[in-house]
Amino acid sequence: MSAIAPNLPGTFDPHRLGHRGAGPEAADYGPAPKRVIVAYGFWIFLLSDFVMFSGFFAAYAVLGRSTAGGPGARELFDLHNVAIETICLLVSSFSCGMASIAVDARKMALAQFWLLLTAALGVAFLGLEIHEFVGLAAQGDGPQRSAFLSAFFTLVGCHGLHVAVGLLWLGMTMVQFSARGFAPNLLRRFKCWSLFWHALDIIWVAVFTVVYLIPGNP
Amino acid sequence: MSAQHSISQRYGPVAPGDRLRSEDEPAAGVLGYLIGFCLSVLLTAASFGVVGTHLIWAPGIPVALAVLAVAQMGVHLVFFLHINSGPDHTNNILALAFGALSITSSISGSLWIMYHLNHNMMAPKMMTDLHMQH
Repeated sequence: MSAIAPNLPGTFDPHRLGHRGAGPEAADYGPAPKRVIVAYGFWIFLLSDFVMFSGFFAAYAVLGRSTAGGPGARELFDLHNVAIETICLLVSSFSCGMASIAVDARKMALAQFWLLLTAALGVAFLGLEIHEFVGLAAQGDGPQRSAFLSAFFTLVGCHGLHVAVGLLWLGMTMVQFSARGFAPNLLRRFKCWSLFWHALDIIWVAVFTVVYLIPGNP
Repeated sequence: MSAQHSISQRYGPVAPGDRLRSEDEPAAGVLGYLIGFCLSVLLTAASFGVVGTHLIWAPGIPVALAVLAVAQMGVHLVFFLHINSGPDHTNNILALAFGALSITSSISGSLWIMYHLNHNMMAPKMMTDLHMQH
């Protein structure tokens, strides 16, 4: 009785072009669920954050040799410190992944354990970075010393600020999970937070390569 | 609220960061993260090892570091953020491609312009030097 027979030979499109992918979900039409829209919007924000960081990277790349007679990257940076910071962030990215698996399996104790480990590693990273910054400032190599150091403190400090915000967000997530369980809105927030945390690790890869390793190469 | 629920929940459109359906089992998910973690540790170790080594021609070291960094970013995108080339990820990939375009043009454009600006700013000093010779 229907006016359109979708399975008429010759008219059926097996690939359902323009109607999302083939597979178990191919039958559902209409707007995407809120979970997908929220995560996609956050993905767009993360990409815009990357674009903002690219401005700071460009500034560092342009000003890297403008030391105004002061010390350069090779004299200032301790690569052992950077290596430990990198290990902290890498392991915290892994434990963030483990936490997301525990959350998907709805295992509260396990999720809280991995989240706590992630937080501890993030705090360790931040502590090492603050220690480095305070050391540089104490020996007179603060951001006002040269254009190179201004660019360095802006870029690395901005990443550190992101980590600090991520840690605050993580603490809030842990408290809310324990108070209200795995509520749908908390799950959406947790998804955004885990995207944020993994994205910070990607930016750190660029930071340790461009800021520390390439200029620190003897 | 069982594990079953979370799996059926993901049989809808895929959000950024969703694991592959083949990784719905926790063990498969853990394996994916382990592979990504091992790869990124190897690439990081290679980056720190390349610095100051004599295995590579010295002027090639920055290029090697850049290649290792791009590879590691790819590993993180695939194994941690679960971005892949499947049909469900077209929007995510398109957004990522546009982000990559913006980032590349802003960094390479800045370097290009500032290099030429520095080059052109040499001229007055050279001219005053010439005047001083008389």
